[in-house]
Amino acid sequence: MAQVLLKDLNKKFDGMHAVKDVNLQIRDREFVVLVGPSGCGKTTTLRMVAGLEDITSGEVSIDGKVVNNLAPMDRDIAMVFQNYALYPHMSVYDNMSFGLRMRKFEKPEIDRRVKHAAEVLGIQALLERRPRQLSGGQRQRVALGRAIVRNPRVFLFDEPLSNLDAALRVQMRVELKRLHDRLETTAIYVTHDQVEAMTLGDRVVVMRDGTVQQEGAPLHLYDRPANRFVAGFIGSPAMNFLPVTVAAAGDALWAEGPGLRVRIPPQKVEPLRRYAGQRAILGLRPEALRVAAGGDSADYAFDATVEVVEPLGSEILLDVRVGATPMVARVDPGMRVSAHERVRLAFDPARVHLFDTGTEKAI
Amino acid sequence: MMIEGARWKKWVWFYLPLGAFIVGLLFPFYWMAITTLRPDIELYRPWNSPLYKPFWTNNPTLDHIKNLLYETLFGQWMWNTMLIAFLATIISLLCGVFAGYALARLRFRFAGTLGTTIFITYLVPQTLLFIPLADIIRDYRLGDTPWALVLTYPTFLIPFCTWLMMGYFKTIPKELEECARIDGASRWQAMVYIILPIALPGILSAGIFAFTLSWNEFIYALVFLSSPEQKTVPVGVVSELIRGDVFFWGPLMAGALIGSIPVAIVYSFFVEHYVAGVTGSVKG
Repeated sequence: MAQVLLKDLNKKFDGMHAVKDVNLQIRDREFVVLVGPSGCGKTTTLRMVAGLEDITSGEVSIDGKVVNNLAPMDRDIAMVFQNYALYPHMSVYDNMSFGLRMRKFEKPEIDRRVKHAAEVLGIQALLERRPRQLSGGQRQRVALGRAIVRNPRVFLFDEPLSNLDAALRVQMRVELKRLHDRLETTAIYVTHDQVEAMTLGDRVVVMRDGTVQQEGAPLHLYDRPANRFVAGFIGSPAMNFLPVTVAAAGDALWAEGPGLRVRIPPQKVEPLRRYAGQRAILGLRPEALRVAAGGDSADYAFDATVEVVEPLGSEILLDVRVGATPMVARVDPGMRVSAHERVRLAFDPARVHLFDTGTEKAI
Repeated sequence: MMIEGARWKKWVWFYLPLGAFIVGLLFPFYWMAITTLRPDIELYRPWNSPLYKPFWTNNPTLDHIKNLLYETLFGQWMWNTMLIAFLATIISLLCGVFAGYALARLRFRFAGTLGTTIFITYLVPQTLLFIPLADIIRDYRLGDTPWALVLTYPTFLIPFCTWLMMGYFKTIPKELEECARIDGASRWQAMVYIILPIALPGILSAGIFAFTLSWNEFIYALVFLSSPEQKTVPVGVVSELIRGDVFFWGPLMAGALIGSIPVAIVYSFFVEHYVAGVTGSVKG
């Protein structure tokens, strides 16, 4: 039960500015995910909240109290690490109870909490084992158990699933979400995997080069990315980007690129008018594309050459080339398309994104 | 045919070199043992005598061992060596573990430089270092006491232990300690409850090495101790059983053999930990 506030947070390592002016308000019981490519400062930010890194400037406060100078043990937080960080010389039970023993809890209370957490996580049978006798998924559960027995104000997760294999990762992802629904504890979660970020987060914070690029609900980031980086980072396969020139023809605006001339949808015309005659970047998500049928408007369609067909069962990914630009389209699995074929792709005019060439900000 | 060929290859490339290696390693011990047990008349028989049998004896005797135990201060030397090696090891381990931890984990100015400097001190040969040390020993009136060695052995043992421990601590993921500190342990508690137990194989191997080095040390013991009842085994045996150019081979070898037993026991007792210590720590 706690809210966490990051105010103008900065971190400099010798000569490297790892975190730049991060401002973030994490509400009580909220599950916030920090996501970004490696080296974007997300882990450093988390470690500053944990108290494992000194804060160069700015403030971290938990429940209105500035904790900059509090030792990790006094912040009432629990952290789950990527490599699990289980104490190898202790049994699972001792691993889970270590924090409580350090805090001088009574033995019966420790026992009650450990047993309860073990039950929640389904690891009752493993309590006497040593970490090295456990599988990756079991270790991850023990690490989670060690965090939840403490009943902390804030959970911190540092890429907890990235050491697991793909199938297990999906399973643990669901379990984590269920666990959070049940525990209702404020959580900050760091990952480089945008799928994890989208599925777990109440709110997702996209970071790059130490700065926050955009924050918001997962679908908000998906539908309204603030800039080209967020647009390309969220969503899989990634958004297609085409360099175009904006051309005015009467009231209408057209985006022209090599091998393509499409109309700018009405809702984008007004903000785009000052770009007339200039360059911009057109962004189209693979799932906004489809193979054109008779009823599709010619204004919102273009020709492409299919290079590779990837049938995934539930859908088909078409790797196509428009002019010289490679694009991916996610089309209906019933489509019969083969490589080297010319196809006409239509797109949903409501799902067109445009970005400034220089600032890369969304228009 | 394939299998036959493979077996033949295994013998030539594996068992034969291994056998040669083992024979080469163990032969000195065999020589010590056989010389200890052979009577003097066989030991001093010239090599061209028809009865010359250097590798075997049909008349084993315990005379040399008796001679060593009753005619010399060997028991006292053993005790001295044990006490000095034990104390020097404890001092060096204590300093080495803490220094190694600090150099591996704490971020402070000149940590890297300090580590290198400590290593360089280890490279200064004892044959040079004993000269200034002799001066210090004299100034503090420690000459001819066990303290002369207990306090000078750490000059080479501490750098050694520090480096070994530093390397070992670096193999322990730092998240373990961070997690402990979030769990509610102070830095000190995290070290005592988490890091030291995990580093036990490293500490044991540093201890074994330090103990062996002190046990076998010769120059400082030779220079800083003079009266026979203060001597350690290596010096005592050599100075009391070689008189002028007369070598009392039987008791000499008996002394060498018995003197190497404690080290052998220490090694065999900790051998598993020792191997783990040299080859790295536990994984996450």
